[in-house]
Amino acid sequence: MEFIKPGTHFNFVGKMKIAAVISAALIVVSILSVVLHGGLNFGIDFAGGTVIQIKFSKATPIEGIRKAFAGINVADAVIQEIGGNEVIVRTNQSMTKEFQAKVEEALSGQFGAGQFEIRRVEFVGPKVGKDLTNKAILAIIFSWIGMLVYIAWRFEFRFGVGAIIALIHDTIITIGALSLLNKEFTLTIVAALLTIIGYSINDTIVVFDRIRENRKKDLKRSMGDIINSSVNETLSRTILTSFTVFLVLLSLFFLGGPVIHDFAFALLVGIVIGTYSSIFIASPTVLAFKSFRISKGKRKK
Amino acid sequence: MFKSLRVRLAITAVVFLVALYFLLPTLVTQIPSPWNNYFPKDKIHLGLDLQGGMHLILEVDADKALESMMERTANDLKESLMDGKVRFRNVEKATGATISMELTDAGGKPALEKILNEQFSDLEIASSTPRDGGQIVHLKVKDKRAAELKKLTIEHSVETIRNRVDQFGVAEPEIVPEGENRIMVQLPGIKDPERAKNLIGKTALLEFKLVDEDNSLDEALRGNVPEGSVIAYGAREDKAGGPRGQAPYLLKNKTLLTGASLETAKVQISDRFGEPHVSIKFNSQGAADFDRITNENVRKRLAIVLDGVVHSAPVIQERISGGQAQITGNFTMEEARDLAIVLRAGALPAPVNILEERTVGPSLGSDSIRQGVMATLIGFVLVVIFMFIYYRLSGLVADSVLIINVIVLLGILAGFKATLTLPGIAGIVLVIGMAVDANVLIFERIREEMRLGKPPRAAIDAGYSKAFLTILDSNVTTLIAALFLFAFGTGPVKGFAVTLSIGIVVSMFTAIFVTRIIFDYFVWNRNVQKISI
Repeated sequence: MEFIKPGTHFNFVGKMKIAAVISAALIVVSILSVVLHGGLNFGIDFAGGTVIQIKFSKATPIEGIRKAFAGINVADAVIQEIGGNEVIVRTNQSMTKEFQAKVEEALSGQFGAGQFEIRRVEFVGPKVGKDLTNKAILAIIFSWIGMLVYIAWRFEFRFGVGAIIALIHDTIITIGALSLLNKEFTLTIVAALLTIIGYSINDTIVVFDRIRENRKKDLKRSMGDIINSSVNETLSRTILTSFTVFLVLLSLFFLGGPVIHDFAFALLVGIVIGTYSSIFIASPTVLAFKSFRISKGKRKK
Repeated sequence: MFKSLRVRLAITAVVFLVALYFLLPTLVTQIPSPWNNYFPKDKIHLGLDLQGGMHLILEVDADKALESMMERTANDLKESLMDGKVRFRNVEKATGATISMELTDAGGKPALEKILNEQFSDLEIASSTPRDGGQIVHLKVKDKRAAELKKLTIEHSVETIRNRVDQFGVAEPEIVPEGENRIMVQLPGIKDPERAKNLIGKTALLEFKLVDEDNSLDEALRGNVPEGSVIAYGAREDKAGGPRGQAPYLLKNKTLLTGASLETAKVQISDRFGEPHVSIKFNSQGAADFDRITNENVRKRLAIVLDGVVHSAPVIQERISGGQAQITGNFTMEEARDLAIVLRAGALPAPVNILEERTVGPSLGSDSIRQGVMATLIGFVLVVIFMFIYYRLSGLVADSVLIINVIVLLGILAGFKATLTLPGIAGIVLVIGMAVDANVLIFERIREEMRLGKPPRAAIDAGYSKAFLTILDSNVTTLIAALFLFAFGTGPVKGFAVTLSIGIVVSMFTAIFVTRIIFDYFVWNRNVQKISI
């Protein structure tokens, strides 16, 4: 079976400008979405606060739960249904002994004791939130730099630049997609972003590797031509691997449970964007930096 | 690399069997005797999010420890100054960890310096300003010593919390210092998180102080607290659940004895009402002190203060020489038991605050495992079917090593006692999707080579050797991302980084090394003209 017939020859480099316009538009939309939402919808990992996951013994209207929390002056409670008579309640309150007692009392009063079970409590104080935010930003930036160094070492500096631009592109657009749907930005999402970075670079390298090989074969061929045929030759593999990863992610998305749900979603978006950027962004960007290489070479003489 | 098929097959078999060896306790609930002696006992270690439990980040308020030390030092210093006949006024602990005092004689400062040198080598004069022929002096702890004290405070806190948790009875707790002044506590499978939190977070500073009966309590409550005394409350909810009884007491400032002098503490039931109380026994020094204190203060009231709250203030009827005492109060059995634990384990040197708490109930954990396993299985089946459809028999080869991949991955997790978390399971699922990538790269290469007209054996050789560098480069970069995730991530996210990294490394072994054996076996020994790819 073959998805991509051998000898396929799309002119990817020729479509570079269109791709650039599309990408720029996506990035603008992403940034606009984040700005219009008043920043990212940070989860308690970063913003601090408390999350309580409650399972009820029978179907429970969300209004009743809201009333129970309003009764103990938790006006900012955000209640989210996750199926199976379960809800996740989020508030900026600190989880103290008194607060937990109040919550249990209020729920017992509203629904009767034993009709619910508190299955998960997470509380993050503001100090920790700040630390975690710094750590997350550092992790992402350091991983970009790590990639740049490795690729510059294994290939050439401009390949590294092309790859990093594609990675930043992927990260921004994935964050934009999460922001558009107003998904919570949590530690697991950061893990997803780093995984996307790892995956997208993986894709990009396969193409770079082919470029390196094709150049050795014929030094006189133009770079644009080499890039084009390299992308085409690896296209089948790019799409196949993305497809298998997509398959397992779908399985995670639908079956992995509420904790994994958003994580899988971010990855699904990221894989699609990462595949696109490996084909349309990373390699053509290398082309844009061509002059850089030539002038460097001249100086050496 | 290794030409001989047999050698390569042996390597694969060894890796696979070793993984299986470590994984067996996880797969089989009860290994029958006598075999169970030959296998490791540990199952794959599950993270708190999968088995349920509590994760806490505590902040130790080390400055507080320093301050209370200064408070005690101020009292000692007063006595030393009196002994040394140095004239002074107002020795007291000032803001932060400093002591302020006024020396009324001109010769006071050299005398003070002498006393500091001889008896209080930790202190130094921070500033002194002349006033009315004397001086106002501020003392502080030497910086180096203060840093040492803070470090000791953290170490002591970790030790104390560990003692308490051990006595409470939690299997495999983890208590480690983190950063400068934090402690991470992980208690798997805890049933009553509130109780555990109380037990860990309680300072449990037990003090014995005399009740000030020379001055009027009412006068003090009006705001005229006499020098050397403080107001403390006996705040306890009575059993009927009525209003909190906040009986005020006027206590002498000086602490006569602390919980540090205890040898042991245990719960006892009083004969008359069947109410539990905590009976304490002093160590030999403590017993001697207690003997002296009770002897000197017969007919006076001695308050038993825990964390600033007066538990009882009985009248000393007679000299008590056995070194035994009781702490009463309307305890429930559970409260009495926990109090005995914290008294035995000792007081925390400084108060702790909970900065982060994550508690997962056991039922949620088992739900997560079920969902995780389901997602893994379905994801696995989808990939296996797809690979077979797309690459036919070669796809099956990739599929079979995928099984080896997952088993070796789990075996490594078990063998290295790594922790499997819910994101970790997601990592395994992802690895299943990504592991076939290496085979896809190789197979696509082989197809290309065959299109160029190469015979199967040459095409396979070329396919593997050409794809190798690509696979290496692309996996190393993914590993770099996983590495940063591991370095910066916390808890469950770290688990994801672990399974992803191990999975990638294992997939390189299985997809390149093991599949090659299968191909070589079929292609070398027969004169194959066509491969199903």
